[in-house]
Amino acid sequence: MMETHIVGKAYVLGDNVDTDQIIPARHLVYSLSDPEEKKRYGQYALSGVPDAVAGLPGGRVPFIPEGEFRSPFKVIIAGKNFGCGSSREHAPACLQIAGVAAVIAESYARIFYRNVVDGGFFIPFEAADSLVGKLCTGDEVTIDVASKTVTHAGTIYALRPLGDVETILEAGDVFAYARQSGLIPTPQPVGTPTAGRTAGS
Amino acid sequence: MTLTEQVLARHAKRASVVPGDNIWVDVDVLMTHDVCGPGTIDIFKKQFGAEARVWDPEKVVIIPDHYIFTADAYAHRNVDILRAFAGSQQLPYFYDVNTPRYKGVCHIALPEEGHTRPGEVLFGTDSHTCTAGAFGEFATGIGNTDAALIMGIGKLWVKVPSTLRFVFEGTMPPYLMAKDLILHIIGDIGVDGATYRAMEFAGDGVMSLSMEERMTLCNMVIEAGGKNGMIAPDETTFAFVRSRTNKPFEPVFDRPDAHYETERRYRIADIPPTVAKPHSPDNRASVREVAGTAIDRCYIGSCTGGKVSDFLAAAKVIRGKEVKVDTYIVPATTEVMREISRSTYEGETLLSIFQKAGCKIAEGASCAACLGGPSDTFGRLNKAEVCISTTNRNFPGRMGSKQSAVYLASPYTVAASAVAGTIADPREFL
Ligand code: SF4
Repeated sequence: MMETHIVGKAYVLGDNVDTDQIIPARHLVYSLSDPEEKKRYGQYALSGVPDAVAGLPGGRVPFIPEGEFRSPFKVIIAGKNFGCGSSREHAPACLQIAGVAAVIAESYARIFYRNVVDGGFFIPFEAADSLVGKLCTGDEVTIDVASKTVTHAGTIYALRPLGDVETILEAGDVFAYARQSGLIPTPQPVGTPTAGRTAGS
Repeated sequence: MTLTEQVLARHAKRASVVPGDNIWVDVDVLMTHDVCGPGTIDIFKKQFGAEARVWDPEKVVIIPDHYIFTADAYAHRNVDILRAFAGSQQLPYFYDVNTPRYKGVCHIALPEEGHTRPGEVLFGTDSHTCTAGAFGEFATGIGNTDAALIMGIGKLWVKVPSTLRFVFEGTMPPYLMAKDLILHIIGDIGVDGATYRAMEFAGDGVMSLSMEERMTLCNMVIEAGGKNGMIAPDETTFAFVRSRTNKPFEPVFDRPDAHYETERRYRIADIPPTVAKPHSPDNRASVREVAGTAIDRCYIGSCTGGKVSDFLAAAKVIRGKEVKVDTYIVPATTEVMREISRSTYEGETLLSIFQKAGCKIAEGASCAACLGGPSDTFGRLNKAEVCISTTNRNFPGRMGSKQSAVYLASPYTVAASAVAGTIADPREFL
């Protein structure tokens, strides 16, 4: 299920980016299953990040260009405790809807990390050494999912192993995992998308 | 095993577990609300079929509380979705808006309605579900996907957390509240200091606290990144739970073989009234250090600081005075709302004390501006304002505008600041 290589531009954020910054609470009202309404989660992804630190090192780089629903940035580089705060699944969902395929953080808040994995929204990597300060917003990066590395301009940085959750990520989401484990007896109805592919809708 | 490990082991039907084990546990209660319920229901239907039934209607509790008193049409649509689902699934525990059953903030409504019981496993689609650890149960927040899986099969995988133990010795002085203790701890260990871990509170200082104060302690473990909070049940717990429900439960107690990753000991006498400065719950200062700081408003409410005892504390400070800045009073639940119009301090009802002082009283119980919410939300910070609040989070923009700034403090400290007009130490008013 997982892509083998993720290639795209990086968007760099600092420590403790909480779920209110990822998707401010007033936007939590839109439906995640209505395709038109769902786009708004992309539109407002990361809109709560204070301007001065939005896109490091300089800040003031909009994650989503004015009037658009998708981001030109496919990979988020973050510091410690990314996704702290609320349990809202709208947070990982909005990043996926905006086009994010991977986040590389120094560490994650627990519920956010779990939501990313169980919903199958994107791959939550941890960097062995923080990449904030090493990479800049706009840098082109390539993640090799199998070898757990990220490369920019010829320099290779190591990512941590995904550990226990790799099984769930490979299955696609927690439902696929539970079916594999025999916890959901009935086969998935044909043509039914998994939670992750419909952004937790 | 620690309290957390004992509860998890029993719910995984195992003799024992150790931190790091990945286990599937049976769920006693699944709680959801108006922000995450619609998404959960949607995934449940996609995964299990449009006609699927929840695994146990007695165990699904739905409490709309976040976006209630707003004109936002989407917000109302979300409550409609909950109503239709509760109707079709015949859920006995749906606390609908605009009915006598309406409750308000889920984490306070759960214990009021007897849904928090020692020894059980509670999952909720809200990060402050950890509040219920005050009752000696394993309680934690999850997302829509996990909640939808529970709805279908009544189970969820859990990684057993190791436990950090916090022991408080001594008795609480009259100016201090559980909020000061937990802000103190978060200041010590940081907003990620307990990530992937259980936080257990113990010692005579904790066991002498009321249930409401114990709930405040456990409520904010998530602000340290904690997976769950836990306090061993005792007579205080049992008296509360038995007054709310007849359901049987099996408590767990401290065992000598418990292994803690760390244990920190505090003397309550050493802890002063404490705040978290903008923009992080671990940005700790004593109230004295920030006394005199200009503020635009005060806010008393939320699952952290909107309970009856929180308003009693505030009333003690405010009685007979006028507030010098806009002060918002937001009872967490309809029961708290009723109680503040009945309970008295020095012969006067709490409500009357707040009204005479010039406070702004919410029209109904809800989360209100604790999380910002739609732009017409009561008490929302819509511009670059400074607020001192009894809530639990102060990351940028949490209470509305990302230009605003929030100090977190106890109801005593917020009330003292309200009557002083700048941040003030409650010891000067008690
Ligand atoms: S009162 Fe605030 S913290 Fe508590 S459940 Fe409501 S929004 Fe969350």
